[in-house]
Amino acid sequence: MRREAPKSFADYTPLLFPGVMLVVFFVVPFSTMIAVSFFKRNPAGFYTPDFVIDNYARFLTTFFAGVLGFSLMLAVLVAVCCVSIAFPFTYLLTKRSRRVQTLWLVGLLSVLSLSEVIIGFAWSTLFSQTAGITNLFVALGLMDKPVALLPTFGAVLAGMIYQALPYTILVLYPALVRLDPTLLEAARTLGASPVKAFFNVVTPALRNTIVATLIMVFVFALGSYLLPQILGRPRHWTLSVLITDQAIYQSNMPFAAAMAVFLVLISLALVGLTLLVGRRENAL
Amino acid sequence: MSGLDINAITKAFGNFIAVDNVRLNVPHGTFVCLLGPSGCGKTTLLRMIAGLEEPTSGAIVLDGEDITPLPTHKRNLGMVFQSLALFPHLSVGDNIAYALRIRGASKEEQKKRVDELLTLIHLPGFADRPVAKLSGGQRQRVAIARALALSPKLFLLDEPLSALDAKLREAMQVELRQLQQRLGITTIVVTHDQREAMTMADLVVVMGHGRILQAAPPIEIYRKPADAFVADFIGITNLLPAEVDSAGRTTILGTAIPGLAMPAGVTKASVSIRPEDVHLGEPGGRAITGQVTFVRDLGGTIETFVEVGSTSIIAVATPRERPNVSVGAKVGVTLPPESCVVLGS
Ligand SMILES: Nc1ncnc2c1ncn2[C@@H]1O[C@H](COP(=O)(O)OP(=O)(O)OP(=O)(O)O)[C@@H](O)[C@H]1O
Ligand SMILES: [Mg+2]
Repeated sequence: MRREAPKSFADYTPLLFPGVMLVVFFVVPFSTMIAVSFFKRNPAGFYTPDFVIDNYARFLTTFFAGVLGFSLMLAVLVAVCCVSIAFPFTYLLTKRSRRVQTLWLVGLLSVLSLSEVIIGFAWSTLFSQTAGITNLFVALGLMDKPVALLPTFGAVLAGMIYQALPYTILVLYPALVRLDPTLLEAARTLGASPVKAFFNVVTPALRNTIVATLIMVFVFALGSYLLPQILGRPRHWTLSVLITDQAIYQSNMPFAAAMAVFLVLISLALVGLTLLVGRRENAL
Repeated sequence: MSGLDINAITKAFGNFIAVDNVRLNVPHGTFVCLLGPSGCGKTTLLRMIAGLEEPTSGAIVLDGEDITPLPTHKRNLGMVFQSLALFPHLSVGDNIAYALRIRGASKEEQKKRVDELLTLIHLPGFADRPVAKLSGGQRQRVAIARALALSPKLFLLDEPLSALDAKLREAMQVELRQLQQRLGITTIVVTHDQREAMTMADLVVVMGHGRILQAAPPIEIYRKPADAFVADFIGITNLLPAEVDSAGRTTILGTAIPGLAMPAGVTKASVSIRPEDVHLGEPGGRAITGQVTFVRDLGGTIETFVEVGSTSIIAVATPRERPNVSVGAKVGVTLPPESCVVLGS
C-alpha cells in the first residue's frame, strides 16, 4: 500500500492529540526538572531560581559513584536474568496450543496489575522467618529451622526479577510467535538436535529482539525504588531510592532533579546504543 | 534392499486421516514427484519421511534400515522447505556450511565443501553474501546446496519452485533434474504442478484424499491414467461416456468405435482420450458429427472445441495439421481406439 506524504496543515491534525499529550505530560515536566536541577537549594524554603552546577558536582564523590555502580550492576543483572529465563520460557510457550498460550498470557497480564508496593510486601512476607517459605522447607524436612531470607541482595534481586519478568515475556512473545518454525525444522534436518538448534538458530536469528529486550528491562529495573528498600539493606539502595529520599525526605529538589536527569541521560544513551547496533547489523 | 520403502504409513490428526495407508517403493537414485490437489496429504507424507511428523502407524525403511523411530537429526537427509528457511543471520557460505559446522568439521573442510557446492549451483564466489541480498532463484539454489552439504541419502523438497516466476521455474526444473542425475541421489519432490512433475520425475505419484491413486513413470501416467481423477489431473483430457450396445459393439456418443473393447462384464464406463489424439475431418462416414464452438489459436498449437450433443470435446493440433476450421462449421470427430483408455470407476 502506498501512502501519500502529508501536504497541507490539515493532514497533520491526527498528530495533534498525541502531540499535545506529549508536551503536557512529558516535555513540560521534564523541562521543569532540567531547570530545577540547576537551581539553588534553599534550606529554609524549597529552592530559588539560579544557575549553579553544584548539584551535578556532588556526583563526583565515591559514595555516589558507588551507588550508581551498584544501580547499574543490579539493573544489568535483573535484565540478564529476566531475558535468560523469559526467552526459553516464551519459546516453549509458543509451541503450546492456543488455549494454553492464552491462559499463560492472561495470568502474566494479571501479575502486571500488581503494584510495586504489593509485590514488595508479598515477597517480604514470603522471605520472612515467621511466615516465609523456609517454614515450608522445614515442614518438608529440607531445613532444620526457619530463617529470614531478607534483607539480602538475593531478596532484592528475586523481587525485581519477579516484577520485570511479565514485561519481558510480553515483549518477547510477538517476536517468538512470528519466528518461522521451519527455521528450526531446517536445522534439525541438517543434523542439529532441537536443543542445539535452539541455541544456534533461534537465539541468533532473534539477536536484535534480545538486545532490545535487555535494554528495556534494564531501563525498567533502573527505575525501581521501593523493592530495594523493602527487601534490601541500605547498601542495596539504588540511585532511584536516593532520588526519592532527596526529593521527599530531604526536600532537596534541585539535587534530586539533577540525579533524575542524569539517570534519564544514561537510559537515553543506552537506547541510542541499541539503535546504533541494530542499524549496523541491518546494514550488513 | 537399497532404496526407500514406505510401508503402510497412516497419519491421523484427531479424527481426520491426512495420509491413509500409503505404500510406495522408491528404488535408489529415483526422482519421485508427489502430485495432487491441495490438502491431499503430500506435505504430511514428506514430513513423515523427514521425521518431522510421527506416523500414526506404518514404517519407513531406508536401505533396509527401519528409520521410523529415528529423530530427524539422525536420519541423514536433506530437505528444502517451501519457505526455504535460510538462516537469516548467516551468510550464504555459513548457511551451506551449517551441517558441517555443527558436526565439528574443520574450517578448511567447510570452505572446500562450500566452494564445491557453490560451483555445483552456479553461484561461485557468493560465500560471503548475506542471504537477504539474493534474488529468489539464487536463494532457491542456496537452499538446495545447504540440503546437499552432507551428501544425504535422501533429498526431500516441498514445493521448492512455487515461489518463482514461470520462466525461472522452468529453468530450475531442468537444473534440478540434471543435478539429481549427476549426484544419483534418491529425490522426492512435492508439487501440484503436473508439468513440473512430467519434466523432472522418473516416477510420478498421484495422490488424492490421503491415498496414492497411481504411481508410474510420467508417460505411462499420461497415456494410461488409472482413473478419471488421474486422467483429469494430469494434463487436459476428454472424459467421454462409453456404452456397449445390443450388438456388442462399444459406442461413444452413439457412434460405434471398432477396435475398442470394454473389460468383460462392463457395459458402461468413462473413456479418456487426450486432445492431441482426437482427429477432426469431414463429417460423415464413421466419424462423430459435431459443431465447432470455439477455436483458440495459440500459435504453436490450435485448440478446437467441438460440441457433440451436450458434450464438449477438445482437439489439439499443430497449425500444419489442422485444416482451416471455423466456428459454427460441422466437423467429423474420429477417436482412434488405440488412444482411448477405458477408466475403472
Ligand atoms: N498439524 C495438523 N493438524 C491438523 N490437521 C493437519 C495438520 N497438518 C495437516 N493437516 C491436514 O492434513 C491435510 C493434508 O495436509 P498437507 O499439508 O499434507 O496437504 P498438501 O497435500 O501438502 O496440500 P498443499 O498442496 O496445499 O500444500 C490437510 O487437510 C490439513 O488440513
Ligand atoms: Mg503442502
